[in-house]
Order: sequence, then C-alpha cells, then structure tokens
Amino acid sequence: MRITQGTFSYLPDLTDDQIKAQIQYCINNNWAISVEHTDDPHPRNAFWEMYGLPMFDLKDPAAIMLEVNNCRKTFPHHYIKVSGYNSRYTKQTTALSFIVNRPAEEPGFRLERQESNDRLIRYTLYSYATGKPSGERYGEGNGTGK
Amino acid sequence: MTDADVTTSAPPAIPDRVDLDAAYRSSNIEQVLLELEGELVGLAPIKRRIREIAAMLLIARLREEQGLTTGKPTLHMSFTGRPGTGKTTVALEMAKILQQLGYVRKGHLVVATRDDLVGQYVGHTAPKTKEVIKRSMGGVLFIDEAYYLYRPENERDYGQEAIEMLLQAMENQRDDLVVILAGYKERMDTFFQSNPGFHSRIGNHLDFPDYSLEELMAIAELMVKRQHYSFDDKSHTAFRDYLQLRMRQPHFANARSVRNALDRIKLRQASRLIEQGGQVSREELARLDAGDILQSRVFAGGADGVGEE
Repeated sequence: MRITQGTFSYLPDLTDDQIKAQIQYCINNNWAISVEHTDDPHPRNAFWEMYGLPMFDLKDPAAIMLEVNNCRKTFPHHYIKVSGYNSRYTKQTTALSFIVNRPAEEPGFRLERQESNDRLIRYTLYSYATGKPSGERYGEGNGTGK
Repeated sequence: MTDADVTTSAPPAIPDRVDLDAAYRSSNIEQVLLELEGELVGLAPIKRRIREIAAMLLIARLREEQGLTTGKPTLHMSFTGRPGTGKTTVALEMAKILQQLGYVRKGHLVVATRDDLVGQYVGHTAPKTKEVIKRSMGGVLFIDEAYYLYRPENERDYGQEAIEMLLQAMENQRDDLVVILAGYKERMDTFFQSNPGFHSRIGNHLDFPDYSLEELMAIAELMVKRQHYSFDDKSHTAFRDYLQLRMRQPHFANARSVRNALDRIKLRQASRLIEQGGQVSREELARLDAGDILQSRVFAGGADGVGEE
C-alpha cells in the first residue's frame, strides 16, 4: 500500500529535477529546509528523525539535494521527506513537506477493531512493517521505490 | 543548460551555424566586462585573462549546443597577488560572469578563511567545511589566504581534513561549485607544491600585479569621487607625494592603503572644519585640503596607519 503523506503524495514520485524545483521554491520563500527520515510511517508519527541540521542560509537546491542523496545512501529503505519551515511571525510552522524516498515494498497497515463496552468499537492502525525491530523493516530493494 | 537566458540564442531546431555576435550579445558578458573595466583601474593582464576565460566559456557553450562535447572546462581558479590588488573584487565580478554564462546558477560569492573551514577539535572540521561548501553551491567559494589551511609544522592540524574535503567537492560537485583560492604569490606556490591535488584541479592561475603610482592615483580619485569628496590642485599633488612616500614603506597594501589613507584624511578634514566653525559652504564640505594630507606622519618619516588618531 502506497503511503500518502504530505504534499504531492498522490502524484507519481517526484524526479530529482522536480524535487530541486520544489526546494528552490522553499528557498525563494526563505523557508528553513530540513531532511527527515523514518521507518515508522504511521500517519500519527509526526516526529521523523532529522538527517543533519535544518538548512537556513543556502542559496542553491544542489546543496540540499546533496543531503537528500546522502540520506538516501545511508537509509535506502526508509521514508525520507523534505520539509520547508516558515519561521515568519504568526506562521511559524511547516509550510511544505513532501516524500522524496520510499521503500521498494510498502506492506501497508492493518485495521484493528477493538470491541469495547456497549458495542463501542475503537479503531487502531497497525503498520505491518513495525512488526520487526527498527532497522530491519522494509527488507531488500533499491530503496528508491522505482 | 538550465538558465532561461542561455537558450534564447538557440531556436528549437538547432542549425549547424551559430551567430557568434548574437550569442555574445544575449549572454550580457559585455556589460559585466565593461563594469569590470570601469570599476577596476589598471590590472590589464587580469582583464585580458578574464576576457579570454569568458570567450572560452561562451565558445564551450556554443559547442555544446552543437553537440561537440568536450566535458566541462575546469573553472576553479587561483588568484595570487599582494594585498589590496583587487582579488576579492575580481572574484565578485568573476561570479557574475560565470552566472551570465550559465556556469554557476546563482552567482553569489562566499568568502571563507581558515577559521570558517577548520575546526577546533576532532570531528569539528568536516561539518564546518561541509557547511561552507553547501552554502557556496550554485556560486563561487572564495578562500582567502588559502595557504593557512596547510600547516606542515603541525602534523595533527585539522587543516588537512578541510583540504581533503575541498578537493573532493572540487572534483565531485564541479557542476555546482567554483572554488577560487587567493593569497600571496610565494606562499601560494609553496602551498601548491605541498598539495599537488589542488594545483592540478585548478585551471586558471591569475597573478595580480602591483599598482603603479598613476594607477593608485586613479583609484584614489575614483574613491574620492564616489564618496562625493574632491581634491583641489594642491591636495592632488600632496596626495601624490604622500603615495610616493607610502609606497616605499613596509606593509603597503596597494588600493587598501589608499582607502585607509583617504579615511584618515576625511577624519582630519572633519576635525579641521569643526575647529574652524562658523559658516561653511557645500563646496568646502566636499573639498579635501592639502593640509589634511600633509599632516600625515608619513611626511615626518613615520609609518602611517599605526596608532594614528
């Protein structure tokens, strides 16, 4: 099951040139850009691990692409996203965030129904991948999802 | 070929004939070169060399459009010369030229010295150097006094690590980054001897000559004019005398010394006007008096600039 999180996630995977263009858009808006990765892509897992520090004063998307590619090399089977943080007063939030790398195989989620009192049902999403310990999830593959 | 202005000279179907004049005009190099000509006094060999480099890059681009690929020309450079000969200024112009020709995307100049690249403890250097390299991507990285990176007397110096990272970036990120190393000629020569990797990765070695007295006068006049001051005939001669004496003294830093001297002269002019008091004309506010210059301790045989208030 293809995970759809963040901007552009219903589109086919972005090519490197398209990623660069999006990064350029972030730079033009003076957003701080960061690269994050995780192997636990639960929709409620908002805290992905940062790959390096956020980048504030870069002028060219090639520099961020360098970090993205380093991250891809280090974590070929992880989800990697690039996010742009708008630090402007009254905004101060992530303005753009999109996935740039996904594992070749995404096993998806199981929906668990817990029967509670009075026929109440509580729903839980359970990621098949998280059955294994962190680092062993998403097995083999070239990691680019292509 | 990413820039929009690059493709304007080539229509969709590529003809096997190119209009050199049109390509030259559309690249706007002429404008940058004229700017260079107007802003920089003297430096004839440097200007000639920059013209050559610009021409070479333009032709390389046209060749590429025609499918005659030669691989990207090596754009890393070394600027050698004594202080105040315009290395940083030329580097700024160089960044503009490279951008006009589409060889760097942004055309900004990042100036770095040893302090910006080399860390204080183990593991500090790599992130620092990487940060600088990343910041200068799409532009030009100007490393001033590059020979300080290499300290042969201390074998545990972290400079070597920075050098290795720079060499790697110069090789692998050639499309994203142009590195210019600058410093004194002799020390750069020894630096290159002990780091042959640098020497072979640098395509253009530019040596900046010292300015002559006439050129320094022209620089001074340009500076004075730009700051809306003026010399009269007497102060003009006085300043020429001052320069003649100053040039013979140690630590003479060409255009930088001229600028510092002018700053001190402006200071003396201001205090003279304050002391004089009363009504003062607009012309008098702009004029630098011969007396302002002759007060300098250079005329008394002392060194200027040190401890002078």
